[in-house]
Amino acid sequence: MNNLGLIISFLVIGAGLLWFLLRALQGKEVERRIIFVFIGLAVSVPILFSITFAEKASPIVKAVYDKIENLPDGSRVLISYDYGPSMAPEVEPMSNAFLRHSLAKGHKVYLMGLWATGQSIAATAIDSVVRREFPEKVYGVDFVNLGYKAGNQGVLNVIITDIRKMYLTDVGGIDLDSLPIMDGIKSLRNMNLLMSVGGGFPGIKEWIQFAGDPGHIPVAGGSAAVSAPLLYPYYPTQLLGLLGGIKGAAEYEAELKRHYPQFADTPQPGIKMMGPQTLAHLVIMAFIIIGNISFFVARRRRG
Amino acid sequence: MEIFGTWLAAFFTLGIISFLYRDNAWYKLCESIFVGISAGYWFVTLFWDNIHGLFWERITERHDYWLLIGASLGLMMLLRLIPPIGWISRWPLSFVVGATAGLYIINYFASNVMVQVENTLMPLFSAKFGDPLFSASPYSIVGNIVVAAGTFTGLVYFFFSKEHKGAFGGMAKIGIWTIMITFGASFGYTVMSRMSLLIGRMDFIFGDWLGLIR
Repeated sequence: MNNLGLIISFLVIGAGLLWFLLRALQGKEVERRIIFVFIGLAVSVPILFSITFAEKASPIVKAVYDKIENLPDGSRVLISYDYGPSMAPEVEPMSNAFLRHSLAKGHKVYLMGLWATGQSIAATAIDSVVRREFPEKVYGVDFVNLGYKAGNQGVLNVIITDIRKMYLTDVGGIDLDSLPIMDGIKSLRNMNLLMSVGGGFPGIKEWIQFAGDPGHIPVAGGSAAVSAPLLYPYYPTQLLGLLGGIKGAAEYEAELKRHYPQFADTPQPGIKMMGPQTLAHLVIMAFIIIGNISFFVARRRRG
Repeated sequence: MEIFGTWLAAFFTLGIISFLYRDNAWYKLCESIFVGISAGYWFVTLFWDNIHGLFWERITERHDYWLLIGASLGLMMLLRLIPPIGWISRWPLSFVVGATAGLYIINYFASNVMVQVENTLMPLFSAKFGDPLFSASPYSIVGNIVVAAGTFTGLVYFFFSKEHKGAFGGMAKIGIWTIMITFGASFGYTVMSRMSLLIGRMDFIFGDWLGLIR
């Protein structure tokens, strides 16, 4: 199915691109709505045929994987859900993979969000990942959802010295001091790894500036591709690793699947999305080339 | 109920996508509902998180009366709605600007200036300072040279006190190429981001709604 789908996808895309190229050589313009339809097709056909490609973790992704993997069992890992539904298709695979990996390794996981929408997304992750795949994990012992607090980077500026100045209870109103997972936790400095998943403000950059750097706490993250180039300068000193866009998510999922056979059948949206993503990129690259051809043809015609 | 939610989501997804054809009533309806729901969601969220969670609960349960100063500043901010005494709102605004600048100046300077400069000043051919020459891997050496040359020539391009001619002009040209390549990489990532969102919606339509894929 995968090969047949790939052939059909290439045929559809190839025929479309050929038509665009002929139009360009003739110096004719293409109605923008035709381009929209074509992009829609280039994305839809690979989705319908479930086309996937093999993924291998790049060093910047592997660094995050290795960090979680090499932390001693029972380490404290904080995952901050700094995104909303509009960014979810791209970054949710990352946060789910981090959560899955951390729990599989036996770490204690603290969920929170600097975005208001992150609170409900964290709750969804608990239902869809923790309850389904790790039914033995106990809330308040193995994981906790601290929820959202308003204040953006100001929240980090406070909890770097004292978490309880911001969080008196968890998201459900349970006193933090009554939860065993909070024993010995005074501030972010007691965490072994901070992970932010998002792509806007506040996000990974703020975690580096207001928590990682001042507290000398390792920070890793997953970012929407649009923000990833702005975060690369922090790697590897201030940011130990980064999952940039859906490609990063797919690489992480592949790494996880390779080392944890029990995750072979769990949903891998990152890997699944890389098929249409790859073909859509090929189309965009072809568009850039065809657009340039069209430009030079038009310029020659003008004399 | 779940089926109803899926159909509703499909209705809104297609309604928003319909704008690609042209502006239409379906799109406008979806847009208006989205704006209205967003405004309501944020109002409720901010009320319960800020006014109730961070202010009222702390005053009543923890007796943290220092928060009354913040609340007063907040009320003063609202005075801009009364034009004759609207000038009072400048005071809390000044406080916010000053506090934010103070908060940022230290962390931003430390993280984005000091550490970034430190990381750019690295040995070209060694793994780290003090290591023998050429101890770094070829991959790292190329990377180090690109970072050092790219940063330097990029800065040269923005130095306008000297005419961009001769060797200096050559370096400025390399600088602008470096910047253009950076923009290109950024554009590539932006395409990936936008495509991911489109793929997400298409996956929903073909999978959750139409049930054509598993």
